[in-house]
Amino acid sequence: MTHSTGHSASLDFPQPEPLDLSSGKYVKLWQGPQHPGITGNMSLELTLCGDEIVECKTHVGYLHRAFEKLMERRTYIQNFTVVCRIAVPEPTFNEYLYAQAIEELSGIEVPERAVWLRTLNLELMRLASFLMWIGGLSGAFGQYTVPNWTLAHRDYVLDLFEEMTGARIYHMYIVPGGVRAGLPDGFEQRAREIMDSTEKLLVQIERVMFNNTVFKTRSKGLGIITPDMIDPYGIVGPNARACGFARDLRKDEPYLAYDQLDFDVVTDNDSDAYSRAYCRLQETRQSISLIRQCLDNAPTDGPFQADMPNVLHWKVPAGETYVKAECTRGEYGYYIVSDGSEYIRRVHVRGPSYTHAIAVMERLAVGTNIADIAGLMVSLHTYPPEIER
Amino acid sequence: MLERLQREFGVTDINELKPGLTSLKVARDKTETLIRELRDREGYTHLNFMTVIDYIEDGIFTIVYMLHNYDNKDTLSIHVDIGRDGEDMVSIHHLWAQAWTYQRELREAYGIRFPGSPRLDEDFVLEGWDQIPPMRREFDTKKFSEERFGHREGRSSEEPREHMKVNLYPNRGGDEQ
Repeated sequence: MTHSTGHSASLDFPQPEPLDLSSGKYVKLWQGPQHPGITGNMSLELTLCGDEIVECKTHVGYLHRAFEKLMERRTYIQNFTVVCRIAVPEPTFNEYLYAQAIEELSGIEVPERAVWLRTLNLELMRLASFLMWIGGLSGAFGQYTVPNWTLAHRDYVLDLFEEMTGARIYHMYIVPGGVRAGLPDGFEQRAREIMDSTEKLLVQIERVMFNNTVFKTRSKGLGIITPDMIDPYGIVGPNARACGFARDLRKDEPYLAYDQLDFDVVTDNDSDAYSRAYCRLQETRQSISLIRQCLDNAPTDGPFQADMPNVLHWKVPAGETYVKAECTRGEYGYYIVSDGSEYIRRVHVRGPSYTHAIAVMERLAVGTNIADIAGLMVSLHTYPPEIER
Repeated sequence: MLERLQREFGVTDINELKPGLTSLKVARDKTETLIRELRDREGYTHLNFMTVIDYIEDGIFTIVYMLHNYDNKDTLSIHVDIGRDGEDMVSIHHLWAQAWTYQRELREAYGIRFPGSPRLDEDFVLEGWDQIPPMRREFDTKKFSEERFGHREGRSSEEPREHMKVNLYPNRGGDEQ
């Protein structure tokens, strides 16, 4: 499917006109920054006329820990404790991309078994994140059954992470040269059981949530992203795929073992909150299929770590690189510049939320009813720490 | 394409970093026209991000624009050097809808001004920040923390063998065997 890129001389990106707040027609209301569980600690400064939003400004910084600055004064190996915290529900992508960038600059080859274990790890991460997100969206529309189901099943996936890596959230499993360990005994069987039960759960979720009249009525037509917004706003991931753009880095620029896995890019055309949710539901199913394929194909023996020098004395050759991967929200990237010393010269983390939560959110919120703003926020699937790195 | 860019825009330092990723350098006053050309005529419609590298030893900021072409899956890393001391940079907020956010961040983090960029002086991440822009290399996070938050007794660290000798195996001279 081809689309206009939306770039044309006539298109501009107007900023909101100043409103006369003393006119008595408007009310200022803050959505956040208390932590509703899914969108994290960010806030929307809303101006309302009646119950309709006429202006929205995103505020971030509540989770700012200066990750990029901190990384400039830590050695490469020390930074592994930092990177995973940049996207809390999906730390693995940070580990993988940071390791991948170091490997590219240093010319390190990763053993095949580690390639498969990394792929498995990333897909498990996508599954856990999607489960959390589906519950979040359902909760944002007042349906609290689904969040209880999905968070419980996410915990089963976290059990698998605990077995595989020793940790539930911040795994620090993917390291330069490979991964820290192989799969424990019995892991494959337990993983398959959890995939089976999660697959059954998704059928229930589709019945209870996606066929629910209230959910349909409130989410259909909410927050429509038009095709001419996709490139000018830098929209990626399911937010773009729900608009008909079949772009997925796992397919377009395959990394790890994705070129050996069988899957299709999920797309839709309505591009509203319902459509984005349905795309993500299909991608959750896709993740289960990919995890099974990884379990089928991952080598069970052989090295999982390349020969590496002493981590305390790593010096990465001077150079720069940009690496990216398809996380649940789209293109996640690491830009790393090395000056040849044992410290990073510059690291820039590119998270999809940067544009989805600010430029896109501020535009889509205008004209929305105040009751739907939480649903709109969650439907864009944003994580603040990757904005304020 | 790269030859044409060299000829028409004075692009230099072309370097293929890996297949599908090329870095190049352009002068500050040619930046906007080059980026517009790449976006409108060469298919580099996706702005991955904008960032800055601080080369304090050379007195320059290198501004990096990462552009991607979805059709041929090629990425360009465009470098532009400007002076560290108060030199401003041409804004590209009219080319991408999220570019002003990057420029607002870089104003706050490095003190670089992008004249004409919307909401440039609004706080982005830091509220009420009155120090030098914190991502500049001369900003010392440790010194800032010590001055701002005062001293707090931290955990003491022990030399493992000495610790074991004193606390775990006092009768065996520290030999855990």
